[in-house]
Amino acid sequence: MPDSAAKPRPQFRNISVPQILSYRLPLAGKLSILHRVSGALLFLCLPLVILPIFAMSVASPDSFASVAEVAGNPLVKLILLVLLWGYLHHFCAGLRYLMLDLHVGLDKVPAQKSAGVVFGVSLALTVVFGLKMFGAW
Amino acid sequence: MSSSKNYGNKRLVVGAHYGTMDFIAQRVTAVILAVYTLVLVVGLLAMPAFTYESWRGLFTFTVFALPLGQILASLAFIALAWHAWIGVRDIWMDYVKPAGVRLLLQVLTILWLVGSVVYFAQILWSL
Repeated sequence: MPDSAAKPRPQFRNISVPQILSYRLPLAGKLSILHRVSGALLFLCLPLVILPIFAMSVASPDSFASVAEVAGNPLVKLILLVLLWGYLHHFCAGLRYLMLDLHVGLDKVPAQKSAGVVFGVSLALTVVFGLKMFGAW
Repeated sequence: MSSSKNYGNKRLVVGAHYGTMDFIAQRVTAVILAVYTLVLVVGLLAMPAFTYESWRGLFTFTVFALPLGQILASLAFIALAWHAWIGVRDIWMDYVKPAGVRLLLQVLTILWLVGSVVYFAQILWSL
């Protein structure tokens, strides 16, 4: 092939930070990076937020009651809501990956659809559990 | 990678199948965590009322004097730590190139996760 020998092949490197901001990912790509972000977030918060609150909730009836008091703080409420979303997104996107590993829905259109379903379900569950967590009913 | 110098410190070190092992471990631990999540959700939905006793009971119930609640929670947490180790190590391998920094971050990740396992075990088994 004389043509390809004459021209150097284009090289694609990892994009840099300013480019990341303007890079348009498909929906499945957004789901993928948020799967990673939510996993990292849960990892960081595990011994800092999740385990201390779990310890409070199971230690005694008094400390169980004080969890609601601590969660009354708007900042704590926001952190818990983000962690709740993180868990639900990681859970739903993870189920999708297990499905893809079984070679179910690998084609472009079904994979785009399942990514949309994951966003819909995880965000809807975040709203439902969030309202439940903060005592809407 | 060029194989013109495939020996010494340029030797290509792959083929031990540890990548396959980690790939499978990440999926198996994911399934364990998904199943345990559903067990907890069913337990929560089956509660007549959300009280301290019923919440604690999810983690302390026994079957024929066997502390099944604590055993299941311990197994799930070990699966969680293993799953998180593979995932976080993948992040360092993707974004952190210098070997020394990557090693430091991996060691800190292990300490973070083993510390979390010990902390969780202490909370759970003192109930």
